[in-house]
Amino acid sequence: MENLIALLVAAPLLGAAVLLCGGRRLDRVGHLLGTLLSAASFVIGVLLFTDMLGKSADDRTFTQHLFSWIPVEGFQADVSFQLDQLSMTFVLLISGVGTLIHIYSIGYMEHDERRRRFFGYLNLFLAAMLLLVLADNYLLLYVGWEGVGLASYLLIGFWQHKPSAATAAKKAFLVNRVGDMGLSIAIMLMFTTFGTFAFAPVLKAAEEHQGGGATLTGIALMLLLAACGKSAQVPLQSWLGDAMEGPTPVSALIHAATMVTAGVYLIVRSGAVFNASPDAQLVVVIVGSVTLLFGAIVGCAKDDIKKALAGSTMSQIGYMVLAAGLGPIGYVFAIMHLVTHGFFKAGLFLGAGSVMHGMNDEVDMRKYGALRKYMPVTFVTFGLGYLAIIGFPGLSGFFSKDKIIEAAFAKGGTEGWILGSVALLGAAITAYYMTRVMIMTFFGEKRWQPDAEGHEPHPHESPKSMTIPMIVLAFGSVFAGGFFSIGDRFLHWLEPVTEHSHGNAPISATTVTAATMVVLVIGVVLAYLQYGRRPVPVAAPRGSLLTRAARRDLLQDDFNHVVLVRGGEHLTRSLVYVDHTLVDGVVNGTAASVGGLSGRLRKLQNGYARSYAVSMFGGAALIVAATLLMRAV
Amino acid sequence: MNPVNYLYLAALLFTIGATGVLIRRNAIVLFMCVELMLNACNLAFVAFSRMHGNLDGQIIAFFTMVVAAAEVVVGLAIIVSLFRSRHSASVDDASLMKL
Repeated sequence: MENLIALLVAAPLLGAAVLLCGGRRLDRVGHLLGTLLSAASFVIGVLLFTDMLGKSADDRTFTQHLFSWIPVEGFQADVSFQLDQLSMTFVLLISGVGTLIHIYSIGYMEHDERRRRFFGYLNLFLAAMLLLVLADNYLLLYVGWEGVGLASYLLIGFWQHKPSAATAAKKAFLVNRVGDMGLSIAIMLMFTTFGTFAFAPVLKAAEEHQGGGATLTGIALMLLLAACGKSAQVPLQSWLGDAMEGPTPVSALIHAATMVTAGVYLIVRSGAVFNASPDAQLVVVIVGSVTLLFGAIVGCAKDDIKKALAGSTMSQIGYMVLAAGLGPIGYVFAIMHLVTHGFFKAGLFLGAGSVMHGMNDEVDMRKYGALRKYMPVTFVTFGLGYLAIIGFPGLSGFFSKDKIIEAAFAKGGTEGWILGSVALLGAAITAYYMTRVMIMTFFGEKRWQPDAEGHEPHPHESPKSMTIPMIVLAFGSVFAGGFFSIGDRFLHWLEPVTEHSHGNAPISATTVTAATMVVLVIGVVLAYLQYGRRPVPVAAPRGSLLTRAARRDLLQDDFNHVVLVRGGEHLTRSLVYVDHTLVDGVVNGTAASVGGLSGRLRKLQNGYARSYAVSMFGGAALIVAATLLMRAV
Repeated sequence: MNPVNYLYLAALLFTIGATGVLIRRNAIVLFMCVELMLNACNLAFVAFSRMHGNLDGQIIAFFTMVVAAAEVVVGLAIIVSLFRSRHSASVDDASLMKL
């Protein structure tokens, strides 16, 4: 059974190879082949899952050693897989949601002539992402990490004829590179400190505090930097909004459900390293809570439906990072929120894609309105995703987000109160912006207009291949949270890997739930008053200072431009100046003085044989004199 | 006779030859001065050979003569062709080998 693990990665990898190398003769079956191999991966995942369920909790770690990748004395890099409860959760999420999105893309990309290539990239992504979560050492994880970065780049820039998409792809790649540097430095530090980078020995060494607190903090912070890049956390968050230039299924799969959660996986997987360094954990919760509010505020101001959802993704991952930074109190809930978020956010994105599909690719929500009559299935599935994300009682988001808020309070002390309040505030803003999206898209008056070429949009329900994945994901959004929470099933499932402690909550769980409900209602009512009661203007009003800043992603690009681009320009200019004056000065000065000296020396060579004879005699006389002198001494 | 006297003579001859090389311009005279220096050396070699009681110096003197003969052949040929092209045997006229 364990030998099947490699097939999980191999199936989509084969798909990617065949589709990308196969050429045009595969155009007609490419999408089916890609979907089939993705589904094969899911089926293998389910088989392994049932096998795992049959074993006792301590016996559930499967390993498969494939081959030695770099066998050098004192440096052992293996391609071997480790499938435990944490990886299993991810495998099912990635291949399950991945397969649904493959099916959805068949309809969504139907009119795109490069559909085969699109499915090749999607399969490549699945293979890399599965490699990332199945690796049993950090180096192999890094391979998957770079692989998903590559797939993300290729898919964001899939419509590369649009300059905005090409730029967005480059931006995502560059920003991710900063995070990747963190991961590679972390791996090097691990190797120099512990002599290995396989999960088990590294985590064991970290538990025993080998290598000293400062080194462990350094490793943890570098891992956090990597997580920030991949998961779009402050300060490396700027790429996610632009990444929405990619086709919507890509946004759903990569930039909502799976790839952007790789950072959370990394933190939870490296839990022992973070547990050993309270300072790093503090930084993690700060990053998480800042991003949580940052993304939520950005989400409130965007009129582009996908960018509003991107802000929301950022914010929800902020919740996960916050939970992961709480240590053993929060690891399980971070992963639980990750899974439920995978369902409802993928569903929301697919819904947004379905709306765009029916509206001539219009993304401005101010030009939607009243779509519930035209797209009933999209409306219902999107609505269920909406209820799930704001944490409506009984739906997925309710269980997972509530647990994170509780865990934040359970951190204890002033820190616990601050984190809990931030999480609650985030819940209120989530309710606000999601209600805004919902009302602007599906309720109110219809506000769509003919586009520049005079085509009146004819909103219509999307084809079955698109609606069925949305319905399945909506089921997940509704029931996953409850399913996981009844009898703390998910907790017991993950506990052997991530450990769990309850912390000491200053207030009871019921109080937290009640508070969450109150802020939820406040958020919804505020949004209703602003967008439901009054007609939504088609042209965006000027808005307050905060709104305008939030529309520009809270000035993240301006900040990057002023600090990094300008700063970089100044730095290079001063370096060029130093190079020109100092370095070139020394080099040119040496050359000039050697040149001048040789000009003088050249005069000695005047062509007169007798003058040469003088220098010869002089030289001989000197040597004789020197010899005599040395003898005398 | 004291062999050291031969060394004094050799030094004297060498000095005369060296001075000649430095102050005379005519290539032939120059050449003769070089020969004078070579022969001064030969004399010194032979004298040392006598002083030390072995034959090394005398053998080297023979080598010097062979080298001097070869040198004369090449050198005279150069002087003759120089004279043919320039109608002068002055070494200062042949000063084109410079930058």
